[in-house]
Amino acid sequence: MAKATAIAPADKHQPVTTAPAVFLRQVNKSFGVGNTYLPVLKDINLEIRRGELLLLVGPSGCGKTTLLSVMAGILDADDGIVDVFGTRVDRLSQAQKTRFRQQTIGFIFQQFNLIPTLTATENVAVPLIINGYPYREALERARHYLDLVGLGNRLDHFPTQLSGGQQQRVAIARALVAEPRLVVCDEPTAALDGTTGQMVMEMFRKVALSSERAIVVVTHDNRIFPYGDRIAEMLDGRIVSVHDNPNHIR
Amino acid sequence: MWRIGLKMLMGDRAKYFTLVGGVSMVVFLFVQQGSVFCGLIGRTAKPVEAIGAPIWVVDRNLQVVDEFKGLLDTDLLRVRSVEGVKWAVPLFIRQAQVRLPSGKFQAVRLVGIDSATLVGRPPRLLEGRIEDLNAPDAVIVGRAEMERLGSPKIGDTFEINDRRARVVGIADVPRDFLSNPYLYTTFERAVQYVPRERKLMNYILAAPKEGYPIEQVLENIRRTTGLAAYDEDGMRWLTMNYYMRNTGIPVNIGISVTLVFLVGMAIIGQTFYAFALQNEKYFGALKAMGASSWKLVGMIVLQSVIVGLIGYGIGAGGGALVGYLGGRGAGKLAFYTPYQLLIIAFVATMLICVLSSLLSIQRVLRLEPAIVFRG
Repeated sequence: MAKATAIAPADKHQPVTTAPAVFLRQVNKSFGVGNTYLPVLKDINLEIRRGELLLLVGPSGCGKTTLLSVMAGILDADDGIVDVFGTRVDRLSQAQKTRFRQQTIGFIFQQFNLIPTLTATENVAVPLIINGYPYREALERARHYLDLVGLGNRLDHFPTQLSGGQQQRVAIARALVAEPRLVVCDEPTAALDGTTGQMVMEMFRKVALSSERAIVVVTHDNRIFPYGDRIAEMLDGRIVSVHDNPNHIR
Repeated sequence: MWRIGLKMLMGDRAKYFTLVGGVSMVVFLFVQQGSVFCGLIGRTAKPVEAIGAPIWVVDRNLQVVDEFKGLLDTDLLRVRSVEGVKWAVPLFIRQAQVRLPSGKFQAVRLVGIDSATLVGRPPRLLEGRIEDLNAPDAVIVGRAEMERLGSPKIGDTFEINDRRARVVGIADVPRDFLSNPYLYTTFERAVQYVPRERKLMNYILAAPKEGYPIEQVLENIRRTTGLAAYDEDGMRWLTMNYYMRNTGIPVNIGISVTLVFLVGMAIIGQTFYAFALQNEKYFGALKAMGASSWKLVGMIVLQSVIVGLIGYGIGAGGGALVGYLGGRGAGKLAFYTPYQLLIIAFVATMLICVLSSLLSIQRVLRLEPAIVFRG
């Protein structure tokens, strides 16, 4: 797998951790409406490896986004184990989850959710500012990440001055700037045309994947399937299969 | 985070200007209406300031400086005999009718002061000499509303109650609530300018001796003479309280101010709420990225405080400017902005902004970060 080549030379004397990046065991989640409870996640068991990009696919309403939210500490599981890089997320208080998200999770959203009144640099700096970085330092680092995603010449542009693909690249820079260990992406190419979507995913794989990071992508877009190392299929709240991607671009 | 909050606020120019404009308008109206109220009520007491004396002795039943309740000549002697009184002089104030050269009549406030001491004379003479008031038929005209007497100059004459009056000076006298021109003359001449009455003197002006606290002297006068006695501030408040109790000014302006407050809160609240709604997904994204609810609340409070401060500055400045422009020179706008009004306006503005942002705060506190995953 390509992830072996992603280990930086400096890491070669470090002990190799083989524990999964994300470990979910018997995770259930339901939403209550009045006296009725609608189970959305049913006995989810899943392991996501370090250094892999996992695609989470399935029909609408099957629970993909809910699963992503549970992994990211946005939603609480009703029961089960949610372990992300050794942290038992299911045991954290809300304040601890907030801190956990700050330090561990990077987000990429379908609609980018870039703040329209901030420049590209400022948008990318937001997670650092939330983390308490000094403003100037955060901007400096944000510029570096925008450079990485090929937007070094769009630093002071506002989101409305950027194309959809450029906006998603800003969002990718924002998701990575705080160097999170888990990046969760919800339909990252849904608002992009096919070519742009593939370009964005190609760039994303190149910039984001590392041996100490895992990426989970929820998608309906089969054009980006080749960019995943493995594919987990969901149906009706359950994971029905997890398999290596036969069409994986390496 | 505060920088992000400010950029979110100020980056959306239309909403930002609506918010600041709304707050400015509320503050402007609040300061403007409040200042008009203070100006109007303050004007009711202007005769007290226009005459100026440390102690005013009046009939016990007097409610307001514009009432004419006569005193006996013996009252003057009794006041002079009170322990702690340095001097006491009579004062005569009445409404009189001036017949202008055009044949028209104009009501004036006629002030007759003690000819020996000239106590109660106008605060500042713009033209002429105060000593000339003892010349035959001499009157000094107050500049405020002087145009209603045909803007007389020194040497001009007119008639009061069929008697001749000659202008010997122009005084800087504040415009009062009734907005009639002031005419100063001597006590003896003033009583001839009005129809004959049984009691002529209606005020006694006095001063305390050195070493006697004014409160003590006032109490001595009250106890010894059975009359009412006030210091200048007391006399001003006697009059102002009368107008506040017995006229519709506080109610009318109070209704205006209340409406301004409510409408302002509705407009600003609605705009803040729309702002929060519009930014909901961004707040959700910030929450997902690890911003705590309280950080976001802090951001909203900061936004509302900034809007409040800028709106307050513009509104209070605008209100004061209107007052300045309307009240200067021949302007007749009753306008007085005491610092207390500005403090009240500031507190009210901050209250409006914070209350208005409560809706947004409540929404942000209840906001699920999972909202960001809704396409």
